[in-house]
Amino acid sequence: MEAAAGSAGLAKYAWVIALLPLLSAPLILFFGKRTPGRGWTYGVASVGAAFVLSLGVLWNFVTGGGTHASAIDWFQIGSLHMTLGQYVDGLTAVMLVAVTAVSLCVHIYSIGYMHGDSRFTWFYVVLSIFTAAMLNVVIADNLFQLLVGWEVMGVCSYLLIGHWWEEHVNSSSAIKAFITTRIGDVPFMFGIFVLIAATGFTTSNIQEIGHLIGGGEMARGVVSIAALLLFGGAIGKSAQFPLHVWLPDAMVGPTPVSALIHAATMVAAGVYMVGRTYEVFINADPWVLQFVGVIGVITAVGAGLLGLVQDDIKRVLAYSTVSQLGYMITLMSAGPAGRNAAFFHLFTHAFFKALLFLGSGSVIHACHTNNMSEMGGMRKPMPITFWTFLVGSLALAGVPPLAGFFSKDELLVALEHDNQMVLFVLLLASAAVTAFYTARMVLQTFFGEYRGHGHPHESPVTMTGPLVFLAGATVSVGLLGAAQTGAPFFDWVFFEEPEHITFVPWVAALSVAAAVLGILGGWTVYREWRERDPIAILRGYTLLSKKYYLDEIYWRGIIRPVRDDVAAFVYWTNQRVLDGAVNGVAWVTRLFSRGVRTFDEEVIDGAVNGLGQTVGFTGGLLRYLQSGNVQRYAAFLFAGVVILAVIFTRI
Amino acid sequence: MIRLPLVLFFSAALFSIGVYGVLARRNAVLVLMSIELMLNAVNVNLIGFSQLWRDLTGQVFALFVIAVAAAEVGIGLAIVILVYRNRETINLDEVNLLKW
Repeated sequence: MEAAAGSAGLAKYAWVIALLPLLSAPLILFFGKRTPGRGWTYGVASVGAAFVLSLGVLWNFVTGGGTHASAIDWFQIGSLHMTLGQYVDGLTAVMLVAVTAVSLCVHIYSIGYMHGDSRFTWFYVVLSIFTAAMLNVVIADNLFQLLVGWEVMGVCSYLLIGHWWEEHVNSSSAIKAFITTRIGDVPFMFGIFVLIAATGFTTSNIQEIGHLIGGGEMARGVVSIAALLLFGGAIGKSAQFPLHVWLPDAMVGPTPVSALIHAATMVAAGVYMVGRTYEVFINADPWVLQFVGVIGVITAVGAGLLGLVQDDIKRVLAYSTVSQLGYMITLMSAGPAGRNAAFFHLFTHAFFKALLFLGSGSVIHACHTNNMSEMGGMRKPMPITFWTFLVGSLALAGVPPLAGFFSKDELLVALEHDNQMVLFVLLLASAAVTAFYTARMVLQTFFGEYRGHGHPHESPVTMTGPLVFLAGATVSVGLLGAAQTGAPFFDWVFFEEPEHITFVPWVAALSVAAAVLGILGGWTVYREWRERDPIAILRGYTLLSKKYYLDEIYWRGIIRPVRDDVAAFVYWTNQRVLDGAVNGVAWVTRLFSRGVRTFDEEVIDGAVNGLGQTVGFTGGLLRYLQSGNVQRYAAFLFAGVVILAVIFTRI
Repeated sequence: MIRLPLVLFFSAALFSIGVYGVLARRNAVLVLMSIELMLNAVNVNLIGFSQLWRDLTGQVFALFVIAVAAAEVGIGLAIVILVYRNRETINLDEVNLLKW
């Protein structure tokens, strides 16, 4: 209890964790280039401090610190108070640790990986901003604040994917990622608006909205619409079908970026958001959750199959990530146990997928190519990378006792418990597929003979260090949620009530069987390198290699019509209708102005001048009377007298 | 006792001669003298009616007119002298600055 008392107040300062990287960003930007290391020192220091603080917050929670919520006023619009706040419960604490741990690894790893890059300092600036935004999403207590972090992440993702923008494909992929996720963000934003509107514009606080919905204060239809709209955000950000197409293309970015953003944090934000706003989903109509589950399982299976046919090692991992995110989304629809399991998988996946990405980056760094066809035999020159990568791969495949096995096992148990047998079978099959392509990836990269032309060597310690750390995490974090260790994870992160994890032997056996089957299958097919992929003879290979023609469909069905026809129409409208209207108005105005000018010059000036001329003319006539001759004046005088006399005598 | 119509005729004749002098003469001094004639024609009228009505007011008024006429001639002659000094002439046709 000594430690608990010592760190009791730490949850209050969770916001500092998010603030640290935000502060380091301008430091790196303005002073980075002048300090030794060109800026990584600030980034690593701030994220390191954030990691230590996160551990403190988690420890505080584990030792009975409880949930903490606090907020300060941000601004007010009418009755709507916007706050900047933090909501720290077990889920937040666990996410903080996962995010800062991966971010710290990526920061350290990038010292080696990005060494000599011309925009090295800028890379660290964006990395810092990204980390801050993700941490903000994690601690945010209200939807509006969450949205801010959410969008900033999108921008940072865009900047980092396009980090090497000199090549056209990189900037195109960055644009693709940004626009595709935005297609999900728009419904997400409207979902937030709907929820805020449904509270009568009083609050955007997630907990308060949850209470209102739980108390039946909102109409079911409204809640369903809000849930669907919010889920749109998750589809975009967490790369779910049919918006998953951006994630594989995002792999053109630097590999540390892929590890941080496209494996461990940003793509997890969608799942995290669905978990945070869970009250909205469970109080919606049942078909909304079914829809969530269907989307998740389509993604899990579909993306897993796509992973089979990729040659780019990062694309294999990308599809694997999409597939694993599909698992999590699927499980969000499968009762409280499913949600818990989904978050455990999210937690473990963050570590082993970051490990795999960083490992692949290490290989890419050595071979100067992403293509596995130009790798091979990397086991010998890079032993540390090989062993750590192997740990990550086995975890991904679901081999006990690594993290992936436990979390995948919890998923299956939860599905079985919820009686979702269709999903159970599909995800089990997908697990076998996962193991298959994982085996293929490892065999093609690390075994056989080297097929490239370089001289690969082991990466520097700044890169292998994070690999070893993450490998250690991959081995250990799974135990946090294992039934055999009492599953403390589920005492920290739970929906409704702490769950007692049960070990179901037959499910575990099936899970292991699927993994072993997949690995053995991969071993059989890919034991020896063949120029032509052996599975290319199978039916459906073309469909997979064309990525289900989705990009084609988007290109033909949406992008090209929009670019050519809609744009042409808009251009025409702009040129003819809008410009015409503007020019017409200008023409009418000119005509009118000319009329006004004529009126002014002719009529008004004419009247004034005419008056002046009349007066002048009359004066000119009259002035002859004033001759200066006194006697003539006197004559007028007398004439006047005579006239007056005549008039008066008449009267 | 002179009869009133006679007085009025005399007065009218005197006034008319004055008017003629004022309008027709070119010499400023003669114009001034003609003005005296007109004033005195008025005086004759005043005294004639004063006698008719047996009221001295008319005669008093005539005395006033004589006084005013004296002052007027004083100032008038002074102006004529100054004009002469400035312009070497007292021909009224040539003193025509009082115009546009």
